[in-house]
Amino acid sequence: MKPLELATETRVRVESELDIVTARMRGRTLAIQLGFRPTSATLIATAISELARNILLYAQAGEIVFSPIERGTRKGLAVVARDEGPGIRDVTRAIEDGYSTSGRLGMGLPGVRRLMDEFHIQTRIGEGTTITVKKWNE
Amino acid sequence: MEVPILKQGPYLIAIIQSALADADIVHLRDALVEKVGRHRSLGVIIDVTALDVMDSFATGTLRDMAHMVRLRGAETVIVGIQPDVAFAMVHMGLKMEGVATALDLEEGLAYLDQRTRAVRHR
Repeated sequence: MKPLELATETRVRVESELDIVTARMRGRTLAIQLGFRPTSATLIATAISELARNILLYAQAGEIVFSPIERGTRKGLAVVARDEGPGIRDVTRAIEDGYSTSGRLGMGLPGVRRLMDEFHIQTRIGEGTTITVKKWNE
Repeated sequence: MEVPILKQGPYLIAIIQSALADADIVHLRDALVEKVGRHRSLGVIIDVTALDVMDSFATGTLRDMAHMVRLRGAETVIVGIQPDVAFAMVHMGLKMEGVATALDLEEGLAYLDQRTRAVRHR
């Protein structure tokens, strides 16, 4: 069955370090409103922090869009991180532990994958990257 | 938002009071590494009770800081990592290897007292 995506979206523009904090706070608040337990809301907020930092680091600017989702009786939160940056040349390695082209830890994307239930990445060189992650409420 | 650093005898104590932007954490790291020398401190306590997210950047920067402080001859202990934050860190695979942690400020002070006893009674 195709997941039904509800219309209500929240957008956070990411173009400065402070926006990372704003995005993860907004995400946590939304998660709690959707009925997630604080522990899950912390996982979601941590994932958002990584996604927002990646936007800033590799594309300088972009946005994060939150939307409530439903699949059958399950409810959850989708987080889409979108930028029009350079794109990711080697996606397979980008989601591997310890791989980084920025000289950092290389824990960001693999970490996001572990924190969330679903992870989807779409990228084109020179056009940008869209990462969609979902968390379902148990 | 800048984190105040208090001098308490031979120790420096930084109590983080709100969510921090990346630049604030980097600033805290640099300030502590510098102040360890200026005050000839033997130990540093970072209280992260107020942090509701510790992502790869925060964890990496705090770990770097602890190692830099050690290279300057002092000990660091991170106190107050919240249960949900610890859960998220483990889930994500973030480690604080080689960095001392303690439950709260009181335990952190006890840890430093024990670690620096020989130097303090010199």
